[in-house]
Amino acid sequence: MVNLKVDLCGITLDNPVIPASGTFGYGYEFAEYYDINILGSLSFKGTTLEPRFGNPTPRIAECPSGMLNAVGLQNPGVEEVISTELKKLSECFFKPVMANVSGFSVSDYAGTCERISGCKEVGWIEVNISCPNVHNGGMSFGTVPSSAAEVTRAVRRVTDKPIIMKLSPNVTDIAEIARACESEGADGISLINTLLGMRIDLKKGKPVLANKTGGYSGPSVLPVAIAMVYKVYEAVKIPVVGMGGISSAEDVLEFMYAGASAVEVGAANLIDPFACKKIIEDLPRVMEKYGINDLNNIIGGAH
Amino acid sequence: MTEGFYVVLSNNKIAKDVYELIVEGDVTGISAPGQFVNIKLDGFYLRRPISICDYSAPDERGVGKITLIYKVVGHGTESLSAYLPGKRLDMLCGLGNGYDMSKSGDKPLLIGGGVGVPPLYALCKKLKEQGKKPTVIIGFNTKDEVFYENEFSGISRVIVTTADGSYGLKGFVTDAMKDVDYTYFYTCGPMPMFRAIEKTALTSGQYSFEERMGCGFGACMGCSCKTKYKNKRICKDGPVLEREEIIW
Ligand SMILES: Cc1cc2nc3c(=O)[nH]c(=O)nc-3n(C[C@H](O)[C@H](O)[C@H](O)COP(=O)(O)OP(=O)(O)OC[C@H]3O[C@@H](n4cnc5c(N)ncnc54)[C@H](O)[C@@H]3O)c2cc1C
Ligand SMILES: Cc1cc2nc3c(=O)[nH]c(=O)nc-3n(C[C@H](O)[C@H](O)[C@H](O)COP(=O)(O)O)c2cc1C
Ligand code: FES
Repeated sequence: MVNLKVDLCGITLDNPVIPASGTFGYGYEFAEYYDINILGSLSFKGTTLEPRFGNPTPRIAECPSGMLNAVGLQNPGVEEVISTELKKLSECFFKPVMANVSGFSVSDYAGTCERISGCKEVGWIEVNISCPNVHNGGMSFGTVPSSAAEVTRAVRRVTDKPIIMKLSPNVTDIAEIARACESEGADGISLINTLLGMRIDLKKGKPVLANKTGGYSGPSVLPVAIAMVYKVYEAVKIPVVGMGGISSAEDVLEFMYAGASAVEVGAANLIDPFACKKIIEDLPRVMEKYGINDLNNIIGGAH
Repeated sequence: MTEGFYVVLSNNKIAKDVYELIVEGDVTGISAPGQFVNIKLDGFYLRRPISICDYSAPDERGVGKITLIYKVVGHGTESLSAYLPGKRLDMLCGLGNGYDMSKSGDKPLLIGGGVGVPPLYALCKKLKEQGKKPTVIIGFNTKDEVFYENEFSGISRVIVTTADGSYGLKGFVTDAMKDVDYTYFYTCGPMPMFRAIEKTALTSGQYSFEERMGCGFGACMGCSCKTKYKNKRICKDGPVLEREEIIW
């Protein structure tokens, strides 16, 4: 018997696999297809203080081994998320969930976190300071160490639950941002959010996406993500949640060797609604293949 | 919705750049005409959404045949056109809401434009089975593009229009609509055709929309649109929307 249990900021996960924010709805959509309680946890769609429709369509473009999205944080706002979406989720998922939160000002972040922190279903708060698809928001907080620190400080003041700061790869030195978050009391770091990208429609000579740019993710970003997880693991003492291009159990092990205590699976859920289930079921086989009997033994093992 | 492998039985050209693909596999996920499949193609990351044109009843194992009609418009559909019988296709099947047949009345009108024609075929068959008397108008740009006239004429009255007059009635589907007596309409096709229908139609009806999709089953918010009442996802709450809720 191999051990898949890992610890994330004091909460035990049955396995390290967590569907990534924005690619798993509010979870209950997937409960139609399989019992989602096999997941380690799940991170639901980015939530903001006010409802948002998001960007105009087209919001999606294809790339070699990946995709661009420019959804622009469409969500019904924190009150509706709590009263409707979380309620539906709590009827089919019985583990602590990761609340993904975004904002356009420091007080937005604090307000949303304070509200959602009061929900008993919420285990961790994942603070997205890295969304490339909204103007004057998201990513601008995650690209400057002092702003990242400011958001962390504000959120820390309003909640006792573990805060995981979600970082952008679109920066010069991701380790510096991670340290800034750690120094203001973050309990964990998750990375990477999407890379800034663009495709041009040759028939029109114009960008495919209505928003022009979008966030690039999928298997092709995996090596970029692994290198960044490796770097952040060395820079901070708090746990790291790794993501970017994961679509197999082997990919999960790579991230854990690089330093991830848990992982998130994003775009793969869109291509195959059963992706997380297949990865979790395949993990024991792949662990045995590589002579691993406890995942905890390999976290950061590549250093 | 079901996820799994389907076997290609045939994949033949039926008009200019247009192919008819027949596959066999699990059809238990299909609940209404107007739903679609999402196909994984070798070498491409995102799946390709294609309307279900026709489907047979499942046998005791849940297996049946599905007909899809697609136009080669880019690299994905071009690669699909080279798939040979026996090839295994990874598909999500039975996506979206499909057409609501309960509102059709006795004399529904089905209006298709170009590769918007396919989903109307299964709809026409089902309406017929329910004892309705559908009329079908299918419009194309030119003669080389016309397909499925014979298939439709076997089950209903069908009017073909071409924009250049090289086949059937010269003009647009809306020119043909004026002479038809109908109780309700169902349509699928390009946006300019929808706008013309919206100006012409005398009854209530349903439109089937397209949007670029990330997942096709409601998880990513890639395909959202606003309606008069609430935000909808074309892939899950659509692709079929009712005339009364659409914001033009
Ligand atoms: C619900 C639905 C039903 C459809 N039914 C049919 C059908 O029955 N027959 C048919 O010929 N076509 C249909 N389409 C359009 C079909 O999906 C596209 O023509 C096809 O995806 C093009 O792929 P490509 O790789 O050849 O083109 P490319 O332009 O190379 O594709 C690039 C990307 O854009 C997407 N894309 C391009 N055009 C469209 C489009 N019109 N709608 C949605 N996504 C698009 C592709 O899926 C891919 O992700 C349908 C679309 C939707 C949304
Ligand atoms: C369609 C889509 C929507 C996303 N929405 C969010 C979001 O709301 N909040 C967030 O923090 N990340 C969001 N992301 C980023 C993912 O959570 C993840 O960080 C990224 O996609 C990298 O993982 P992947 O390569 O496995 O997709 C989104 C990604 C996609 C593809
Ligand atoms: S394509 Fe993902 S929600 Fe519609």
